[in-house]
Amino acid sequence: MKLIFEKSVQGRRGFRLPASDVNVKAEIPAKYLRVNDAQLPEVSELDAVRHYTHLSQKNFSIDTHFYPLGSCTMKYNPKFTEGLARVSSFMNLHPLLPQLEGGETLTQGALEVLYDLEQLMCAMTGFDAFTLQPLAGAHGELTGIMLMAAYHQSKGNKKKYIIIPDSAHGTNPASAAIAGYETISIPSDKNGNMDLAKLKEAITPEVAGLMMTVPSTLGLFENNIDEIAKLIHGVDGIMYYDGANLNAVLGRCRPGDIGFDVMHINTHKTFTTPHGGGGPGAGPVGVNKKLEKFLPISRVIRRSNGQFALSYDFPDSIGYIAPFYGNFGLLIRAYGYILMLGKQGLIDTTNHAVLNANYMKERLKPYYKLAYERICMHESVFSATLQADRGVHAIDLAKYLIDQGVHPPTVYFPLIVPEAIMIEPTESESKPVMDEFIDFMIQADQLSKDNPAVFKDFPKTMPISRPDEVKAARDIKTSFFHHS
Amino acid sequence: MEIIEHYLYTKEHEWINIEDNIGTIGITDYAQSALGDITFVELPSQDSEVEQFEEFVSVESVKAASDIFAPMSGRVIEVNSKLEENPGLINRYCYTKGWLVKIEITSMEETSNLMTAEEYESYLESIEQ
Amino acid sequence: MNPYIANTPLEVQEMLKVIGVKSIDDLFVDIKHSLRPKSFDLPEGLSELEVVRRVVSMGLKNNIHLVPFVGGGFYDHFIPSAVDALISRGEFYTAYTPYQPECAQGTLQSLFEFQSSICTLTEMDVANASLYDGGTALYEAMMMAIRLTDRTKIIMDGGVSPIYRKILKTYTSHLHFEFIETPVIHGQASREDILKHLDDKTAAVIVQNPNFFGVIDDHSDIFDQVHKVGAMALSSVYPVALGLLKTPGAMGADIVTGEGQSMGLPLNFGGPYLGFMAARKKFIRKMPGRIVGETLDGQGRRAFVNTLQAREQHIRREKATSNICTNVSLCAVQSAIYMSMLGKEGLKELAQLNLQKAEFMRQELGKIPGVIVKRSSPTFNEFAVVLPKDASVVVGGMIKKGFAAGFPLGRYYPGMEKYLLVAVTEKRTKQEILDYIKALKDVL
Repeated sequence: MKLIFEKSVQGRRGFRLPASDVNVKAEIPAKYLRVNDAQLPEVSELDAVRHYTHLSQKNFSIDTHFYPLGSCTMKYNPKFTEGLARVSSFMNLHPLLPQLEGGETLTQGALEVLYDLEQLMCAMTGFDAFTLQPLAGAHGELTGIMLMAAYHQSKGNKKKYIIIPDSAHGTNPASAAIAGYETISIPSDKNGNMDLAKLKEAITPEVAGLMMTVPSTLGLFENNIDEIAKLIHGVDGIMYYDGANLNAVLGRCRPGDIGFDVMHINTHKTFTTPHGGGGPGAGPVGVNKKLEKFLPISRVIRRSNGQFALSYDFPDSIGYIAPFYGNFGLLIRAYGYILMLGKQGLIDTTNHAVLNANYMKERLKPYYKLAYERICMHESVFSATLQADRGVHAIDLAKYLIDQGVHPPTVYFPLIVPEAIMIEPTESESKPVMDEFIDFMIQADQLSKDNPAVFKDFPKTMPISRPDEVKAARDIKTSFFHHS
Repeated sequence: MEIIEHYLYTKEHEWINIEDNIGTIGITDYAQSALGDITFVELPSQDSEVEQFEEFVSVESVKAASDIFAPMSGRVIEVNSKLEENPGLINRYCYTKGWLVKIEITSMEETSNLMTAEEYESYLESIEQ
Repeated sequence: MNPYIANTPLEVQEMLKVIGVKSIDDLFVDIKHSLRPKSFDLPEGLSELEVVRRVVSMGLKNNIHLVPFVGGGFYDHFIPSAVDALISRGEFYTAYTPYQPECAQGTLQSLFEFQSSICTLTEMDVANASLYDGGTALYEAMMMAIRLTDRTKIIMDGGVSPIYRKILKTYTSHLHFEFIETPVIHGQASREDILKHLDDKTAAVIVQNPNFFGVIDDHSDIFDQVHKVGAMALSSVYPVALGLLKTPGAMGADIVTGEGQSMGLPLNFGGPYLGFMAARKKFIRKMPGRIVGETLDGQGRRAFVNTLQAREQHIRREKATSNICTNVSLCAVQSAIYMSMLGKEGLKELAQLNLQKAEFMRQELGKIPGVIVKRSSPTFNEFAVVLPKDASVVVGGMIKKGFAAGFPLGRYYPGMEKYLLVAVTEKRTKQEILDYIKALKDVL
């Protein structure tokens, strides 16, 4: 399909601006002006509408396809939350308004949404305070580690290392490194738990804290959490809960109750704000009393007269981490979702996410090698080594599934499982949809025995076949234009 | 897997070919095959000093990034600038045109920490199992 | 059961049987009793109707009837309806990161078009597929410069958004960087102060155009000096202004970032916004965030993929160029659509209209006795005026008259308590401006 730039016709317009109603001459001295026009495409509104509609149709999405992408929680995004995010009195609100003299009164509704959401998050996680500012999960991680650093600095602790299990998302070590820490990786044992003996060896007074995804990226609930927390707290370390998989335990356990000091939540996972093709997200961070005073400013407070306000008066705060109060447009969606589901709805959601994952795991087990033979939480991890021995790798199976009209599960993550296939059906999918997927997986296994060579040609039904990624990385072309 | 007789090897699959006090360094056939199609090589700057077994080159493929460790200590006297345009040379000619760096060797005694071709061959057999 | 769970009681029984457990509770055996919630004190659920009613009524507590003249880097621009209609397609907004390019060409090509538009707008070689916002994008650019130069001294012009400067400071407070902030002279970057500090230990000089005071500059002379000492020239820009202004590419910038909200995104009380980043091609491998590249498929057809992923955290972990994973894909697509509809001529017209309305406002303000309008440096659609009294008090008075009159600079610049920053976009009408002038006369 042509690029929009290749459809450009000189003189065509996509929308009309109002004519100027002010009769003044406004000129900028020539030395400050651009010489060449920006070559934005010239298309009509219909051209643009058709172009982007056609492009959208080249995507798989939750609305159109089963999308069991493990670790990403592709649950249904309720339509009414889209409506909430477009309520004009929120959508058109300027973020600097509450910072004007008396301006808080102009944004009481928006501040109330934020305040309320923080309270709900505290209740769900067992923490004492939340900041909604982080703009994505990884941004929340970085914020959380900076809170950890501020804590150690305030106590005069000399800390150098953050411990991370080897099953962790890549964002964990990357966030720790950016915050100035070195990381120690702890291997997983044969049951998918953290290797406790190795952990004990790694713990020294220089350990700043431990980052843990619970349940882990293997879809398993760590059996030794209480002991691990005791060990880390023993050296005045901070326990960080990576909330990427909170959707598996919400209502069943609360990070704040089980020894964690700080956490982030990925709203696009647990609270089903849309993934948007890769963002925007939101990554609220919760803390207990130990870390509360370090939270970023501004913070939303409720005055004794019931008015909501922004406060910057937290002298120990780490400061600004984002321009304003977080990705409000996402937070309001999450707020609506939580209000609608309520206490029982949230617990049911967790229950059915775990039920569906275990069902798929049991059904697929006879055909694919299960990485860890135990009850899983919201997702299960297979290792396609049987198929790989026949010359059919996890990526080939993924491409086969695309031709069947389902988005493939996550492949090659976690890194510690060879030929990993990670399946997360989520609570929104029905048994018939899962059964159909299971049939495709069984057929793929059979095909890997009968005719493994055909896999290399999959997918065949898409607008493109497998792209040449080596060429993309060697002959780099990232723009229609060439300036140099 | 191809192995060159008179080169010396590391456990991280680098090779060094010593001529007088100059060492030419590259990665082995095993390493290039494990990495897959190489898309980019980041080489050290001229005259920089490297320590034995220290990271000094980084190699990228589509799905991986790997550090390459110096087989011996020395001063970098030449880098293979052809790799900038054509990193695939490492895949095709890992022991010849796909060399990475030439160093002026600091201490010949360090060769005792390296493997001969024969030793490397049996090392490869051991890790294959 | 809530409407987002499909399983019927019968299906639940069938599934439990396959799993070989009696109840759903049995699936949670790994969570020991001692780890169960101490409380889970949440309200009971509501219907869609009730939630919508509640949120809409909360919205009524916001005052959106003020005529806005507040900018500060975030502007009230018009967005044609087609933009929201297109990004409301489920195929766009309910997809995820294009891990499987064959079934994600829609997102990938749209992001490639976004990158292309950013390149032509800034006259830079390469752009990434977006970052969280303009502030964190500037932080990422600074870190990129530090990696590229292996130096840690940063010189930042005082005209860079104070909000962004605070963000940069937070992220680097625990790292041992040398931060120098240089003053603004006659509204523009002080050459003398920048050059005084510029040396071969400098990683980057950071400027903004137009700067926080709305003042336009040509930073070419600074960037020339920056390059002489092997440092990097960083510029944060306002994309609408680039319809008219000399581009950072033409000035010789190495890394360009900015806030893309003005290109098709609503104000949304602070987010989601759209950070963008562009750079010279030779720096692309040190660039953070996702990058979409063009290639061919097995049949020789054009295809788009996430490329240079070896830079990223999911491969390089603690050695990655950034910890960023999710960017703001949908906002980038939204902006790509907006820019396509705006087009080459529309962009110029839009910029001209903003400039002209602001000029009209400035002239009218200048007629008010006691209001000083400075003319020493050119501005675009935002400018500072000096009022005869404290600007925040005046703004308070103007709110009562129905206007968000501007942003008092004293909030971030001590000593500038009488300065008011006024933004005028294409949406403001002549009548609104004249009504503002009348109200201001009353308040003063």
